[in-house]
Amino acid sequence: MSDFKSKTSISRRAFLKGGAAAACAVAGTSSVARAAAALEKGEPIATLLDISRCVACEECVYACRQSNADKYPKPEKPFPVMYPSRVPVMDWSDKTDIVDRLTPYNWLYIQTATVTVDGEEKEINIPRRCMHCVNPPCVKLCPWGAAKQFKNGISQIDSDICLGGSKCKQACPWKIPERQTGVGLYLDILPAFAGNGVMYKCDRCYQLIAEGKLPACVDACPENVQTIGPRDEIIRKAHELAESMNGYIYGEIENGGTNTIYVSPVPFDQLNKAVEKGNGKPHLDNVEDAMATGNNLARAMLLAPLAGVAAAFGRFYKISREKKSASGGDL
Amino acid sequence: MSSSNSGFNERTVRFIYLLTFIFLVLSGFGQMPIFKRYYIADIPGFGWLAQFYVTHAIHYIFASVLIGLSCYVVLDHILDREKDRRITKTGYAKSVMLIGLMGTGGFMVYKNISGVFFPHNMIIALDIVHLGLCMILMFYSFYTVIAKKSWVRHPINDILQKME
Repeated sequence: MSDFKSKTSISRRAFLKGGAAAACAVAGTSSVARAAAALEKGEPIATLLDISRCVACEECVYACRQSNADKYPKPEKPFPVMYPSRVPVMDWSDKTDIVDRLTPYNWLYIQTATVTVDGEEKEINIPRRCMHCVNPPCVKLCPWGAAKQFKNGISQIDSDICLGGSKCKQACPWKIPERQTGVGLYLDILPAFAGNGVMYKCDRCYQLIAEGKLPACVDACPENVQTIGPRDEIIRKAHELAESMNGYIYGEIENGGTNTIYVSPVPFDQLNKAVEKGNGKPHLDNVEDAMATGNNLARAMLLAPLAGVAAAFGRFYKISREKKSASGGDL
Repeated sequence: MSSSNSGFNERTVRFIYLLTFIFLVLSGFGQMPIFKRYYIADIPGFGWLAQFYVTHAIHYIFASVLIGLSCYVVLDHILDREKDRRITKTGYAKSVMLIGLMGTGGFMVYKNISGVFFPHNMIIALDIVHLGLCMILMFYSFYTVIAKKSWVRHPINDILQKME
């Protein structure tokens, strides 16, 4: 963590330097400079995905795999026997070439929907990865602090700390994190009785951001599907884009807001019906703010001391009156 | 104040504390993915222990009850000076643990609010200290129940015992 922090402080200079140079050189990369400025101010940066442009070439998928290859799990085999027997062994280490879903070795894939719009059949391709929520339940509910969120909007699972309990996956509205057994801290504690590996997901190439570079998937896209920048600016651009194509937005308000904003010419409920969903294949449904109930209860918690104080004073007042009446009003 | 009123008050406070303690411990341990793994959530009536958003909300609700109850007990003790009772070492020890639990818990609740960022090492430390204090308080409470050690003592009872 401290390592990342130091990298982040370096990154601000590097990002600014790189961003400014790039902005001068190429108009298209001015978003890098603005993202760098947002990073300097400690503001979240977000990505905008214009999915009308995506041709499913999977350049982003392979760029992601190349960029993050050294972060992928290297499990030790044979895996320790885990108790009780219901604990599932999740092993993807022999299936690292899978690219049609999310796995611990594939943090981005292209989801395809065939939909009919105005009588015309259309194929819409949607790059899917972690949404990097504004208030990520995976991070906030992690019982060990293994999942982290940075001020730049990135949420990341620390593979050195994660025990692979998969709570983050269950808490995630899109069930994004994927588990690999036989790797991580649990092996050094009680591998038979607690933990089950490490959870993996997109960390938006934090190491590249730290060097002032674009995330691999953004950089590799030949169709410029993705744009990165300060969240406020990305939201504004998303609305402009949606207006220009008479389109729809996903990710702005879902789960209380995310840092991944999709713009589509087709309504997302239609896309959601058309895409293949299931394990490693997230939906595009409406998502309520998962942390809202907890945070409303947290506000109510502020009233608890007042209630206790009021009850104590009420009892004191009652007893005082009883004493007064018992002594005939003459204390 | 009549003694029956005082007895009713103490019994009510003890009952609410016990209920709160049980639900806080269950929902607190429920923050870890253990109840499903070890079949406890399969027991009828315990399925909620494997639902993380439910345990999260229940933990917050009973934390509020504990905070309110603590404020009530402390203020009641201060206001009702005629009550012949003294806080024991057990009482002080448990109070320190509860203050620690409420303090670390308060930071964790604040941390969960959107836009709040704590240093990661601090979050890990809060998690570990909160869990550790809970474990210590749990085992210490078992001990005090077995050893019949109370939070408070009534010096008048000691005098009466000596007279007997």
